[in-house]
Amino acid sequence: MTARVLINVPKTAKRGEIIDIKTLIAHPMETGYRTGPNGTILPRDIITLFTCAYNGVEVFRAELSPAVAANPFIAFSTVATESGTLEFRWRGDNGFAASATAAIAVE
Amino acid sequence: MRLPLVAPLLLCAGIAAAGEIAPADRRSDSVLMRPELRAMQDDDSANPGMLAVLDGEALWNAGDKPCASCHPGGMRGVAARYPAIDAALGRPVDLEMRINLCRTRHQNAAPFPYESKELLALSAYVAHQSKGLPIAVADDAATHPFIAEGRALFTRRQGQLNLSCAQCHDDNWGKSLAGATVPQGQPTGYPIYRLEWQGMGSLQRRLRACLAGMRAEPYPYGAPEYAALELFLAFRARGLAMETPAVRP
Repeated sequence: MTARVLINVPKTAKRGEIIDIKTLIAHPMETGYRTGPNGTILPRDIITLFTCAYNGVEVFRAELSPAVAANPFIAFSTVATESGTLEFRWRGDNGFAASATAAIAVE
Repeated sequence: MRLPLVAPLLLCAGIAAAGEIAPADRRSDSVLMRPELRAMQDDDSANPGMLAVLDGEALWNAGDKPCASCHPGGMRGVAARYPAIDAALGRPVDLEMRINLCRTRHQNAAPFPYESKELLALSAYVAHQSKGLPIAVADDAATHPFIAEGRALFTRRQGQLNLSCAQCHDDNWGKSLAGATVPQGQPTGYPIYRLEWQGMGSLQRRLRACLAGMRAEPYPYGAPEYAALELFLAFRARGLAMETPAVRP
């Protein structure tokens, strides 16, 4: 099962308008510094990279560290240039990969 | 050397009984949170509890005999009436206990462990449907003995610190305990997403954390004491709006 994702992108926007984009993904973000019930270190399991591409062009990128809380919430803004799709990708430890898309109509 | 004697006496005077919170003063603990946390709770795309609600929706419709096959109309209002008396057991059960009773009695399935992702997701999904509705547990002859039992547990001093729940949550809510504001302890948003837990947790988990904080021994998960306490807390919060999934610090 892929990770559950919540995306908030305005459905429509005016050309040149600054739009706010909010993303939330279910992920434990295990730091690699904590001990488990038996005293052994829990291995690190985090998301390391988040990218957002707007019609194939990368408009936002974030490198995540063990200090980021569980279920990372990433909000950012971009300029609505043309109608199309926003593609979100998360990559992380243990081959973690998730993606989501959102359509936007620009008038 | 009189000072060490005086200090405990002052402390005792400070936590003198003030009694139950007047209905007009009852409010959700979210109003005591900082605005950023309230904004996080109120925005469905920022509230991490919504991830559990979506997981719960998938579980609700999954399996050979899904929950939805018996409850096609949804569960709006149900969580606002819980804990409720189970006729067969003759005692109150909370939402998590009810889901597991449904699984063993009607779905021929094993109960989910307490605090498992599945149980929290299902209870979050069910309780979210009552968001905005006032808490309205049964106030009748069947529930009164258990409300009284819950009130007795709430007001009884216990643990190495010799505290009762009421000393913090009735008498001193709104004041500071170290860096945190003491809440009223109104169960409006369970299961909650708690930042300290980095995840979802039930009211039983919250009560266990409180008991451990008082250095009392927590009851085991599923103990009737929790159901009585939860029933009393819901009765105490009657009329307050549900806000599942709540975000708490």
